[in-house]
Amino acid sequence: MAEVTLTPKGEIGIMVEAEVITPDTFAGKSASEIGDLLVWQGPKELPLSDFFNVKDDGGKTPEETSIVIGGDVSRVKRIGNGMTAGKITINGSAGMHVGSEMSGGEITVKGDANSWAGMEMKGGLLHITGNAKDHAGCAYRGSWHGMTGGRLVIDGDADSQVGGGMSGGEIEVLGSVQNFCGIRQNGGLIVIRGDAVRGVGAEMNGGTIVVGGSITNFLAGFEQVGSESDLAFGSVSCPGEFLKFSGDNAIVAWTKGTLYASKNANEGL
Amino acid sequence: MAGNGNGNGTGTIAIKNGYVFDPLNEIDGEMMDVFIKNGKVVRELTDSEMKDAKVIDAKGMTVMPGGVDSHSHIAGAKVNGGRMMRPEDSYKWNRKKTSLTHSGSGYTVPSVYLEGYEYSQMGYTTVFEAAVPPLEARHTHEEMRSIPMIDTGGYLVLGNNWFIMRYLRDGEMDRACAYVAWMMKTHKTYGIKCVNPAGVENWGWAENVGSLDEANIHFGITSREVIEGLCEINERLGLPMAMHLHCNNLGQPGCYEITKDSLKIPSQIRPNQNLDVEWAETKVDPARQESVYLTHAQFNSFGGTSWGDFESKTKEIIDYVNKTDHVVFDSGCVPFGEATVMTGDGPAIHNLYALTGNKWSNTDVELECGSGVLPFTYLKSNAIHSVQWAMGLELLLLVNDTWKTIMTTDHPNGGTFLKYPLVMAWLMSQAARNATFDECHAWARDRSDLGAVDREMSLYDIAILTRANTARTVGLSHRKGSLGVGADGDVTIYNIDPKSLNPRDYENLAKSFAQAEYTVKDGEIVSRRGEIVAIPEKRTYYVDVNVKDAGTNEMLADVKEWFKYYTLGFAHYPTPDSYLMNPTPIAVNAEEA
Repeated sequence: MAEVTLTPKGEIGIMVEAEVITPDTFAGKSASEIGDLLVWQGPKELPLSDFFNVKDDGGKTPEETSIVIGGDVSRVKRIGNGMTAGKITINGSAGMHVGSEMSGGEITVKGDANSWAGMEMKGGLLHITGNAKDHAGCAYRGSWHGMTGGRLVIDGDADSQVGGGMSGGEIEVLGSVQNFCGIRQNGGLIVIRGDAVRGVGAEMNGGTIVVGGSITNFLAGFEQVGSESDLAFGSVSCPGEFLKFSGDNAIVAWTKGTLYASKNANEGL
Repeated sequence: MAGNGNGNGTGTIAIKNGYVFDPLNEIDGEMMDVFIKNGKVVRELTDSEMKDAKVIDAKGMTVMPGGVDSHSHIAGAKVNGGRMMRPEDSYKWNRKKTSLTHSGSGYTVPSVYLEGYEYSQMGYTTVFEAAVPPLEARHTHEEMRSIPMIDTGGYLVLGNNWFIMRYLRDGEMDRACAYVAWMMKTHKTYGIKCVNPAGVENWGWAENVGSLDEANIHFGITSREVIEGLCEINERLGLPMAMHLHCNNLGQPGCYEITKDSLKIPSQIRPNQNLDVEWAETKVDPARQESVYLTHAQFNSFGGTSWGDFESKTKEIIDYVNKTDHVVFDSGCVPFGEATVMTGDGPAIHNLYALTGNKWSNTDVELECGSGVLPFTYLKSNAIHSVQWAMGLELLLLVNDTWKTIMTTDHPNGGTFLKYPLVMAWLMSQAARNATFDECHAWARDRSDLGAVDREMSLYDIAILTRANTARTVGLSHRKGSLGVGADGDVTIYNIDPKSLNPRDYENLAKSFAQAEYTVKDGEIVSRRGEIVAIPEKRTYYVDVNVKDAGTNEMLADVKEWFKYYTLGFAHYPTPDSYLMNPTPIAVNAEEA
């Protein structure tokens, strides 16, 4: 696999829109051609080489192309946007929209991700070793058609609206989340190992949410339908005892969403 | 690139050797030249004029008058409501600015600039906004003046207006006529629109009306009385367009019955289009023949008693239209895909919200009307949507006289106007319809008559549906919808050779309709193969009725008295001329009272 290395040249002022940083675009291009790719910074279109030193050529195909970013790119947006294959490794934090609409391949962020990580993801793997901000794996603002496939793993915490409008795929958050996780979810699986604040599964009508910790403000639209222990969803296992709920019935009564909440961490539910 | 500031085009152009389709002049694909001088169609250009004229060689191409859309939602509060509530609609559909054009975004609810560019690329030169609440007229005009490329106008929503309901209940026809004439001039609007008559008023109390003879709350007036009254006012004033009707119970299974009964109401009212204008030459009588213009007939032709036994009942509407002469309708086709449903019919939107759970909004426009907005997706996999697709096409294909029909998608309710080319391809090609039958739900075939229809429309039919009859129906055939001498120099040239037209190659046909080879407005080439090449002057049409004082003073006294119920002052009510781009009044001579 050919490995292209991008090394940040220095501090970036206005955020850069770099949807060109994908194996799909880099494949078949030399290092200098990659450096000539244009990115928007505010009102200006500038070559990628203004912001990065580019080393080595892309592979023949996206599958054979790996991109390594050697440093913090928290002011670079849309890395891996829409990628279909290949690999991106970011040795630092990533800006907004990392892995948005990706349908294949693999992105690893060895740091934190800003908002909209894995927005409307269709396939592939997005792994964030740190924390994620709002709207991870969520639908775009105004839309309820969110993630449809693939796998998003966040080792740390995530903020609000994780998996909004999700209809397929998997999201696993090893830490805790803020508000409205799984809002309008209608398919797929969200597993939160830690705690959630409020609005978990609001208006969901399909799919599954598991919260391994406590839910501070539990929604009134969920109805307990039983309890289960040691859950398993394919390769994802959730040990412990869980209360099982169905909902969200606040608006319509025929919903098919399932919410599991840890029994021990949610006394009084 | 800029015009001369008075809305009169100045282009001089010769379009040579094209196959011309001009139904108002009974020209059916004849190879001939079209000449335009200073923005108007002329018989010929002199040798010296030819020297300065632009010449287009349209050999092997289809030449039609510029497209006229008589029912679309392009400007005003609810369109903007749709834009605001749908950021996702703009996210993936946008266009960069050029040295000539503005940027724009929005698929089902485009920004104003984009609306103009996209209509123009398809060969349209005139588009009417189908619902202007009087209180929102200023807003509507502010948007319309910013829509480039197309002449515009708007229909005033009056079916639940307090003054109208009161006057009609009390039998004060003189004052009602004076009120409508005054309102058209005050708000610079073009025709009467009636939405869910008597029902929207009830919606203020979370009620609706279910039949034509149910008296509404407080006013105690029935839908039947409102429809009859507005049709009578329309003809007493001599307005260019017939009363434009959106029936009660729209979008409910079984609503075809009330639609049919509503159409019967004005059957004895004589059309009386009384315009004081200069008429372009036409062979066909260019005057309007109908006393009611039913809009988006598809949404008003639902059969069944529930969504479970839902079926097309377009046959009932089609049969009625076939055996009478006082009805013209537009189809409100459903071409599948994303839509934004927006209407003055608040309860209809609430029903859709209850059905889909989508985000929605409702508004009450004080003393006048209401409206609602909701995003909607029509799916080929959905049984109901598939029948609706078939219904829109049935309505156009099965009416015997094409001059009683108009093609629309009720943009953006049934789908965006960008889908017109697809609708044209379905109308012209049975193969195209069969291909869609194969992809969509079996109910499309099982619960409609479309599967048995083998009619394939000609380019002449398409020209009637999208130009000649739209212009005639709205009362603009004195200047639009034909290439007769004296008509506006608006021309569409499609890269379609009628001699080698193959309806089986429907995909290419749709592509050719989507991107006119040339769009000419007022004698100037404004778009070419999808690229905007000039920004022409545009006009805003409204009617200026010459009322002979009967009832006017009494009416104005009533209006001023009732202004205490409005939250704004009387002085701020009218829409000043400055809100319009090239205000162009259509003079109407009201009948002597």
